[in-house]
Amino acid sequence: MTQTNQTAIYFENVCYEIDGISILNNITGSFYKGKITTLVGPSGAGKSTLLKMCNNLHSPTSGEILIGSLPIESIEPSTLRKKVGIALQNAPIMKGTVFENIALPYTLQQKKLSEKEAISCLENVGLNPDFLYRSAEDLSGGQKQKVSIARSLLNQPEILLLDEITSALDPTSAKEIEELILKINQQHEVTIIWITHNIEQAKRVGDYTWVLINGQLAESGNSTILTESKNQRIQQFTKGVKEQ
Amino acid sequence: MTYTSLMLTLIFVFIPLILSKTLKLGLEKDTLIATVRSIIQLLAVGYVLTFVFESQSFLYIFLMVALMIVAATLNARKKGKAIKGITWKIALTLIVVELVTQGILLGFGIIPATAQYIIPISGMLIGNSMVLSILFLNRFDSEIEASREQIELILSLGGTPKQAVHNQLIQAIRASMIPTIESQKTIGLVQLPGMMSGQIIGGADPIVAVQFQLLIIFALLTTAALSSSLVGFLSYPALFNERMQMIKQNWNKR
Repeated sequence: MTQTNQTAIYFENVCYEIDGISILNNITGSFYKGKITTLVGPSGAGKSTLLKMCNNLHSPTSGEILIGSLPIESIEPSTLRKKVGIALQNAPIMKGTVFENIALPYTLQQKKLSEKEAISCLENVGLNPDFLYRSAEDLSGGQKQKVSIARSLLNQPEILLLDEITSALDPTSAKEIEELILKINQQHEVTIIWITHNIEQAKRVGDYTWVLINGQLAESGNSTILTESKNQRIQQFTKGVKEQ
Repeated sequence: MTYTSLMLTLIFVFIPLILSKTLKLGLEKDTLIATVRSIIQLLAVGYVLTFVFESQSFLYIFLMVALMIVAATLNARKKGKAIKGITWKIALTLIVVELVTQGILLGFGIIPATAQYIIPISGMLIGNSMVLSILFLNRFDSEIEASREQIELILSLGGTPKQAVHNQLIQAIRASMIPTIESQKTIGLVQLPGMMSGQIIGGADPIVAVQFQLLIIFALLTTAALSSSLVGFLSYPALFNERMQMIKQNWNKR
């Protein structure tokens, strides 16, 4: 096993099938502690499935996933999901105020979030405290994504999973969210696994990159592989050429 | 009613048959099957009821009620056949509904403990409970499909399966109870209920007919609340596995 002390999540020969259709095939690799790893690849490559496996929303059909040194199935699901947070592309928002949305992780644990704590959460993601009692559904896409990130951070996760969180945003909002994630990574040393379709963004933010193509890990390593890889499939993907 | 008069009521079957043929609705076969089945089933139940009423044996009453529960369960489970253990979940719901309602009616001496009262009232309440269970399963299924992201969000934040589907469960229970409540608001104004109409046509005092109808509609409220809540709370765990992952695809399509 090639696992090191720096490994936050380790995949070993992970396969995933639905109704006999292979979604992920023999994935082996590490996500490193405190680093940002981007997951790139064409639509349908299995990126979101892989991401959701990291907080046990899906389980492998075969193979093993280690969180730190522990097999993922040995960790109680609720405990794991507090440790491994996730923010999704559409930033699902619950009916109610921004405060109620941010407080959701505490509400689920029958804990109270104080107004002061909530304001601090908003400031942490660059939202004005005036938003606290506004209807969350009325916010813009970028603001909803910030609320979603603030909500995920309330559990103080050690690992944060991001599923195309900027793809539906305008360039200004996307840049703000990108800077926010970099800040969270640097200030709190949160391990980030980030699915993005934007190759430039992957190069900009990622310490490491996994390139998934057709359910297989085509290559992983330093983000420079996105420009320097000799792998023809990766070159085709980064140039936007469809696989035959 | 004479048999000749009864034969003449078949005119009500010919009208939809002619319309179906003229408008090419393609419902002739189903209409004929429904007509033949209703004649056979009702005549059969008429003879069985005569036998049970004359015997006044609690064993036969029990068997009749059990038969109703089995038939209602087999019908309702079609709507949730992908839910693990749906048959016993619906059966348990119907049994609880029957025990609670008859327990109150007989326990407080509201109705006499005779086949003439127990069997028709059980039939109405079990039938209603079956419809409510189907309504609930349909609605819960749509609620879950429409809220998959929110359910996954709650799970991903460390919530339990019960917390994840709480809103959908409550919405589906409410939605399946509303028709019962709404129909009771207009009862007597828009339509006279079947049982009450039947009693009045049969020569009963309208006030006595109303009293029994009130008994039924109040019992139906309990039936509605119990059926949807019980089926709901018994069914939602089947949406998840032991790793708190959502496993449900679509209850009706599997």
